[in-house]
Amino acid sequence: MSLKHTLAAGLLMTTFGVSASAQSLVYCSEGSPEGFDPALYTSGTTFDASSHPLYDHLTEFKVGTTEVLPGLAESWDVSEDGMTVTFKLREGVKFHSNDQFTPTRDFNADDVIFTFDRQGNAENPYNSVSGGTFEYFASMSMPDLVESIEKVDDYTIVFHLTRPEAPFLANMAMDFASIMSKEYADAMMEAGTPEMLNQAPIGTGPFTFQAYQKDAVIRYLRNDEYYGDKARVESLIFAITPDASVRYQKVQAGECHVMAYPNPADVQAMKDDESIVVMEQEGLNVGYLAYNALQPPFDNPKVRKALNMAIDKQSIIDVVFQGSGQIAKNPIPPTMWSYNDAIEDDNYDPEAAKAMLEAEGVTDLSMKIWAMPVQRPYNPNARRMAELMQDDMSKIGVNVEIVSYEWGEYLERSKDKDRDGAVLLGWTGDNGDPDNFLAVLLGCDGVGAANRAQWCNEEFDAKLKEAKVLSDQSARAKLYEEAQVIFKDQAPWATIAHSVVFMTMRPEVDGYVVHPLGGHIFNQVGLK
Amino acid sequence: MLNYILSRLLTFIPTFIGVTLISFSFIRALPGDPIVVMAGERGLSDERYAELSAQFGFDRPIYIQFWEYLTGVLQGDLGTSFVTKRPVWDEFFALFPATLELSTCAMIFAVVLGLPAGVIAAVNRGKFFDRALMSTALVGYSMPIFWWALLLIIVFSGNLGWTPVSGRISLMYYFPDATGFMLIDSLASGQKGAFSSAVQHLLLPTIVLGTIPLAVIARQTRSAMLEVLGEDYIRTARAKGMSPGRINGVHALRNAMIPVITVIGLSVGTLLAGAILTETIFSWPGIGKWMVDSIFRRDYPVVQGGLLLIAVMVMVVNLTVDMLYGVINPKIRKR
Repeated sequence: MSLKHTLAAGLLMTTFGVSASAQSLVYCSEGSPEGFDPALYTSGTTFDASSHPLYDHLTEFKVGTTEVLPGLAESWDVSEDGMTVTFKLREGVKFHSNDQFTPTRDFNADDVIFTFDRQGNAENPYNSVSGGTFEYFASMSMPDLVESIEKVDDYTIVFHLTRPEAPFLANMAMDFASIMSKEYADAMMEAGTPEMLNQAPIGTGPFTFQAYQKDAVIRYLRNDEYYGDKARVESLIFAITPDASVRYQKVQAGECHVMAYPNPADVQAMKDDESIVVMEQEGLNVGYLAYNALQPPFDNPKVRKALNMAIDKQSIIDVVFQGSGQIAKNPIPPTMWSYNDAIEDDNYDPEAAKAMLEAEGVTDLSMKIWAMPVQRPYNPNARRMAELMQDDMSKIGVNVEIVSYEWGEYLERSKDKDRDGAVLLGWTGDNGDPDNFLAVLLGCDGVGAANRAQWCNEEFDAKLKEAKVLSDQSARAKLYEEAQVIFKDQAPWATIAHSVVFMTMRPEVDGYVVHPLGGHIFNQVGLK
Repeated sequence: MLNYILSRLLTFIPTFIGVTLISFSFIRALPGDPIVVMAGERGLSDERYAELSAQFGFDRPIYIQFWEYLTGVLQGDLGTSFVTKRPVWDEFFALFPATLELSTCAMIFAVVLGLPAGVIAAVNRGKFFDRALMSTALVGYSMPIFWWALLLIIVFSGNLGWTPVSGRISLMYYFPDATGFMLIDSLASGQKGAFSSAVQHLLLPTIVLGTIPLAVIARQTRSAMLEVLGEDYIRTARAKGMSPGRINGVHALRNAMIPVITVIGLSVGTLLAGAILTETIFSWPGIGKWMVDSIFRRDYPVVQGGLLLIAVMVMVVNLTVDMLYGVINPKIRKR
C-alpha cells in the first residue's frame, strides 16, 4: 500500500470511521421511518426501524424463511374446529425503560390484549392517538376475523375467531402485531403525552431505542435483558441515506457496514469489488400483466395464453431489471412454500402465438397496456416494460397502446370491471402465506378490487377456500399446488418477474441473512 | 424608517392569504387521492375509505376545509402530517435548523467569493481573468446540481478520501440537539473533534448549494460594477488622483451593491430550491427533502404548512433586503 493510501485509510478510520467502537453496526438505510409504532404504518422502512429491532411478536418468522416459530408465545394450540387459538405466553420477559418510564412488571396477557384492542376497538383511548388508522390490521381482515380476545390468566390468552383461518399464526408474526407495553401506554396517557408511544418506543426486542434525528440517524443500544439470543453488537445505528449512489460511496468509504437497495446498474461493479460483499435472494414478490377476463376477447383463456406466449420475458429481465430479476412462471415466488416447480412456463413462441390467435378467430386485435407511473421492486420501470411488450405484440399482429395515470388514479381505475386494457402491477407478500397472494389477487371475492384480472374461476377459488381452513401445512400446500396448475392453464395473468433483492455489505459483517419477507434484521449480525 | 417598515409589513397580509390559498389549492389540484396513495397496492374497502375520509375531513365541502385550515393557521396550528401523525410545526422545527445552517454557509461562500470575483473581473474587463471567470461562472450556473454533487463526492470522498460522503457529523459523536445547528451544538458538546467533523461534513454540500448563487452574484457584481465604473463621478475621482483601491472598493462598490443585494435576496429562493436536491444527495436532514417526500405522498398538511412557512421566510428575507437598500442608499429611506 502506498503512503498516500495508508494515510487516506488512516484518515478514514480515525475521522470518518464507521463507529466509535468495533461494536457499533452502521446500516445505511434508504429513508426515515414514519414513526416507531409499527401498527400505525405500512412501509418496510418503518418496520426495519421499529418492529425488527425494538419489538417482539407472539410468533416470529425464522430469519431467512417464512417459517413461523414461537416468540412471546412459547406455544399455542388451535382447536379442532380452528375457531379458537390458545397462546401460552413466555414468562420473565422485560420491557425496555427510558427517561420517562421504568416498567414495574414483566410482559403478560394484558399487553397482548392492549396491543390488539387499541387497533380494533374505537372506544380504546389509544385508538385515535397519533391519528391511528391501523391499515395493516384492517387489510389483514383482523376486525372481521377476531371475535374476542380472552385472558385466561397472566400467561394464557385465547383468540376467538369468527372462522377458521390458517394464516392467522403467520399474521401474529407480522409487524402490525408488535406487542406494546400496556403499562407504558397507561403511564403516557396519564402524563398527557400518549404520542410518546410512537416517538419514544418501548418494546421487548433485542435493541432499545436511544435517539432519532429525523432524516439523519437512528441509534439503538443492545438490550442486555433480552429473553432470547442477545444482539451481537453493542449498538446499532441507522444512517439515513436516501440516494443509492451515495449509500454505495458510504459503504466503500467505510462509513456504513451494510446498505440496502443498490442501483441495479451498480451491482456488477459491487460484485467485482473485493472489498464489498453482495448477497442476493429472490424477493417475496411478483410482477404481472393482468388481462381483463370479463372483456372479450380476453375472456377466452386461449387468447390470453397466446398473448402470454408472445411476451419475451428474458428481454424484460435483461432490459428492465438489468439482471436483478428472475422470470416468473407462477403467481407466487419460488421462496414460498407450495411453489409448484413442476409447472412449465409458456414458451416464448410468436409464431405459435399468432397461429393460436388466428385459430380463435382473433385478428387485427388492438389492446391497451397500462404502465404504472411508479417504481416498485417487482417492476422497476413499467413504461419500458410496456414498450417491450408493445414490440413483442406487434410481432403477432396485435396493436398495443400504452396508457398511464397518476398512481392513485391508476390503482383506483385499474379495479374497474369494465376496464379497457391489461394492467401491469405486482404484489409483495405480507406474511409468507400463499393465501396472501392467491386469495387476495385471484380470489373471486377480489373481483372489482384487488383481483385486477377480474377473473373468477370456481374450481380455483374452491381450492383456496378449502386450503384456508386447514391447519395441516402439507395438505394446504397440495391444494395450492393444484391451484397453480389451474392458474397456468387459464392464464388470467402473464406472470413476468420476481425481483432479486441485493444486500451490499463490508466483508467484516458477519451473520447477515437476507429475509424473504423483505425486512432488514440485525438482531444476530456481528462484526468480525 | 419605521413607516417604511410598517408599510412593507402591511403588504404581508394579502401575500400571506394568497400563499395560504395557493398552497391549499395547489396540492389538491394534483391528481391522486392521499388515502388511495397511502393504501397502495393493498387497496381498501369503500367503508374504510369513507371512515378515513371523514377522519381527514375530506368529506366536507372544500370551502369549509379551507376555512378550517385558515383559522387553524391563524391560531398557529398547521395541522398534523397524514404520514407521520406528528404536528407539522414539530417536524418543521426539527428540520429547519439544518436547512438554515446549510443555506447560510452556502450564501456566505457565494458572497465571500462572488463579490471580489465580480469586482476583479469588472476592473480587468476584457482581460484573461475576466473571460476565465465569466466562463467559469456560466459553467457553474448551468451545472446540474445532482451531477455536480455526485462528481464532488466521487472525487473528494471516494477517490481522495478528504471529506465524508454524507450526513451532518460523524456517527461516532452523539449529543442531544440543543439548537439544531450542528456547528453550535458540536462546539457546545465539548467533544473533541466534533466541531471539525461538522465542518468537514458541511464542506461539500456548501460548495454544491453555493455554486449557482456564487455564479449569479459574480456576474451581477461584475455588470453592476461596470455600469458604475462608467459614471462621471468615478472619472472625476480618477482625475483627482484617488487611488484605484479606494475608487473601486468604496465609491464604485457601494453604488453597485443595490442590484447585487437584490440578487442575493432572490437567491434565497434558489437556495431553497437547490436545497431539495442537495439535501437528498448529502442525506442532509432539512426541509427540502421533507417537502418533496410529502408531495409524493400527497401529505396535504405538510405541503400546505411547509409552503406557507417557506413563503413567509422568503417574505422576511425580502423585507430585510428592502431595509438594506435603505441602509445603503439613504435616498430610498427618505422617500
